[in-house]
Amino acid sequence: MTDVVVVGAGVVGAACAYFAARAGLSVTVVDRGPVAAGTTGSGEGNILVSDKEPGPELELALLSNRLWRELACLGGFDFEPKGGLVVAETTEILDALATLADGQAGRGVEHTLVAEEELPGYEPHLTRDVAGGVFYPQDAQVQPMLAAARLVQHGPGATLRTGTTVTGFLREGDRVTGVRTDKGDIPAGAVVNASGTWGGELAALAGLDLPILPRRGFILVTEPISGRLGVPLIRHKVYTAAYVTDVASDSAGLSTSAVVEGTPAGTVLIGASRERVGFDRTVSIPVLETLARQAVRLFPVLAARRVIRTYCGFRPYCPDHLPVIGADPRAPGLYHACGHEGAGIGLAPATGHLIAGQLTGAAPEMDLSPFRPERFAA
Amino acid sequence: MAGCGDVSMKDLAIVGAGPAGMAAAVAASGAGLSVVLIDSAQRLGGQYFRHPPEGFHARRPGALHHGFARFTRLSDALGPGSGVEVRLAHRVWAVEKVAGEAGDGAVAVHCLVGARDERRETVLARRLLVATGAHDRSLPFPGWDLPGVFTAGGAQALLKGDLVVAGRTVVVAGTGPFLLPVAAGLAAAGARVAGVFEANGRFGLAPAVLAHPGKLAEAAGYGYRLARHGVPYIGGHAVIAAHGQGELTHVTVARLDRHWDPGPGRTIECDALAVGYGFVPQIELATQLGCATRAARDGTPVVAVDDGMRTSVPGVYAAGEPTGVGGAELAEVEGWIAGRAAAADLGGTVRPAPGLPRKRARLSAFGRALQDAYPVRDGWKGWLRDDTPVCRCEEVPYARIKEARVLGAVDARSLKLLARPGMGWCQGRVCGYAVSCLAGEDQQAPRRPIAQPVRLGDLAGDPPGEDPR
Repeated sequence: MTDVVVVGAGVVGAACAYFAARAGLSVTVVDRGPVAAGTTGSGEGNILVSDKEPGPELELALLSNRLWRELACLGGFDFEPKGGLVVAETTEILDALATLADGQAGRGVEHTLVAEEELPGYEPHLTRDVAGGVFYPQDAQVQPMLAAARLVQHGPGATLRTGTTVTGFLREGDRVTGVRTDKGDIPAGAVVNASGTWGGELAALAGLDLPILPRRGFILVTEPISGRLGVPLIRHKVYTAAYVTDVASDSAGLSTSAVVEGTPAGTVLIGASRERVGFDRTVSIPVLETLARQAVRLFPVLAARRVIRTYCGFRPYCPDHLPVIGADPRAPGLYHACGHEGAGIGLAPATGHLIAGQLTGAAPEMDLSPFRPERFAA
Repeated sequence: MAGCGDVSMKDLAIVGAGPAGMAAAVAASGAGLSVVLIDSAQRLGGQYFRHPPEGFHARRPGALHHGFARFTRLSDALGPGSGVEVRLAHRVWAVEKVAGEAGDGAVAVHCLVGARDERRETVLARRLLVATGAHDRSLPFPGWDLPGVFTAGGAQALLKGDLVVAGRTVVVAGTGPFLLPVAAGLAAAGARVAGVFEANGRFGLAPAVLAHPGKLAEAAGYGYRLARHGVPYIGGHAVIAAHGQGELTHVTVARLDRHWDPGPGRTIECDALAVGYGFVPQIELATQLGCATRAARDGTPVVAVDDGMRTSVPGVYAAGEPTGVGGAELAEVEGWIAGRAAAADLGGTVRPAPGLPRKRARLSAFGRALQDAYPVRDGWKGWLRDDTPVCRCEEVPYARIKEARVLGAVDARSLKLLARPGMGWCQGRVCGYAVSCLAGEDQQAPRRPIAQPVRLGDLAGDPPGEDPR
């Protein structure tokens, strides 16, 4: 019998498996698909502290940021501590950004206010049509699919079973004692629901309500672009202040804000759109047009560069925009680690670390009550 | 909407002006439909009827063709007065469903027009026919990225379209009957063809050919032409490596067993290699619209159609190779059927032509026999070395594919996510088949929401910015 079954081989499941295995537990990761095939494989690999207002998610992000820097020593997933630059279109927005940064600084977020004339020093190709910005050195990026795969690989003794679909739970009364799969039962001391956008469906198999819904996003990918002397054309993660409000918005309709960054492969990734349309993968040309327009406005140099592909994914979204992390009192033995919306890559290590702590009975490093699974009950 | 070049609604838009698209255009316009025929090339004809531009003053532009008279007939029928608007040099990067005039559905065909200084145009139509043909199916092997190594289709296109012979001494290899016209064309154009190496048996298709007098004559014709130029046609052999410093100088040819595991190799000097292992239908425009696909006999994803070439998406038709590889003659028949079906579906009067479905059934059966006779066997994976590039766009060597498999990539998509094959310029058109084989699965229907690279400025609808170079 395995100590823990983690359901979901995305980055959050991988982090849970890694930290649980490092704490001495025997771990089996199951996924109906391959590793990193869900939302982990459809994003940009953001590790951000800049876009979070002071509160529980920022605390999680800061803990995660420290952990990612330690995990980077494992190697093999392109950890880039390149920093993020948030730009403001107007002086009013700049003032609001500065206020936000001030509040974040009280929690340990580092930042530098960047005046309009200093912006070219950060991003030479950035439009001059902005009022200024804030630079956040702690923001970073990873190749998320490789990060997930490497974390599972480095979890001592962790076993990965891909192509294995969970069809139900083993129960002893209310207690969860393992999972039923299409490849047979797996008894376990504990089960971690790390099924991301599908976390609500998995919880339903245990008769539990977990309101996680998909929030679709498209990303445009350019041809590989290199700047002068091998310096990347776009050096940091660059986004407009509107991104912060979009992330926190409850709108079901389409909202978009420009998020532009390079990757080690030379491509430039362009996001971010948000719309609640279920699991519909139909490509929306108007959304792609809007993303392109915003990116070109931010970096006029991109107008002549070619988009070679696009992809979409589904952020796991909870009504209060906070993830679900921790033991579920309604079903002892079941733990949740899902619903991270667009921040799953960034928040994965802290989530895995805290879940491993709960599994082994370690004293929690932070207050998990804002993330408790039963908080949605009417 | 950005860059609407022409907002007038046509009855039928056809993408692809090869045998299928041309025939469909003639059929639909003949039945009274307004038709726009779109192709990325500068001339009508597609890959099969590829021919040199008029500026070349070729004495006999059809000399390199089997069935050029058919092209001329179709081409004449599409001339002025046919009511068909021909739009050449239009690369389609996306198709999408939009609301039609009377609340019914219509299709927007998003194009890029011209060469480097392209501009964006959108064509609207009530119905869409996807007749986008196929491209070469490639297998990687050591040295396949050397200059001098061509796909069989690439060598043929150079010859037919630009009258360029790929090399002085050419080796032709791969599988399938298409190798024969490639070799015969190169030999006739003056190249020394050192050999045609068919990985399967030479006579695998013989029973099916005997049942088709036309195909028998065609095969006999190529056989005669190869014999006249002294070109050996050898079965059960493959080129398993290409060699050269900076450019191709020689290849290793080996006998294959029935799994395609190679025996000892021998060296053949050559400065060009034309290699092809069949064809992959181009179906991404159909999958953009959500058309259902099915696995062809050899596992290749093709568009599922009914007996009127209608796909699962109302108003969208497919004809030619996208519905299953079967050659130009079948493509043309399917084009006739699709054009007539579109006309009938829009309320036009179409006289019955019972011969067409019969002909389609017969030629489709031949296409299936072809796939049975010229399969790709797993042994080719043994030709790879750790440093053999599998994806050329992203420079992904075989070793990295193996590493991704160890990390938990169990299908082609996860191999792509972990090791990047198929993420580059060609979006997996070249390596997609091989990567699927290496993942141990049939090739899946392509997801290419942007079918052609498009400038961000064009996508945005803004004027292009400054190029920092």
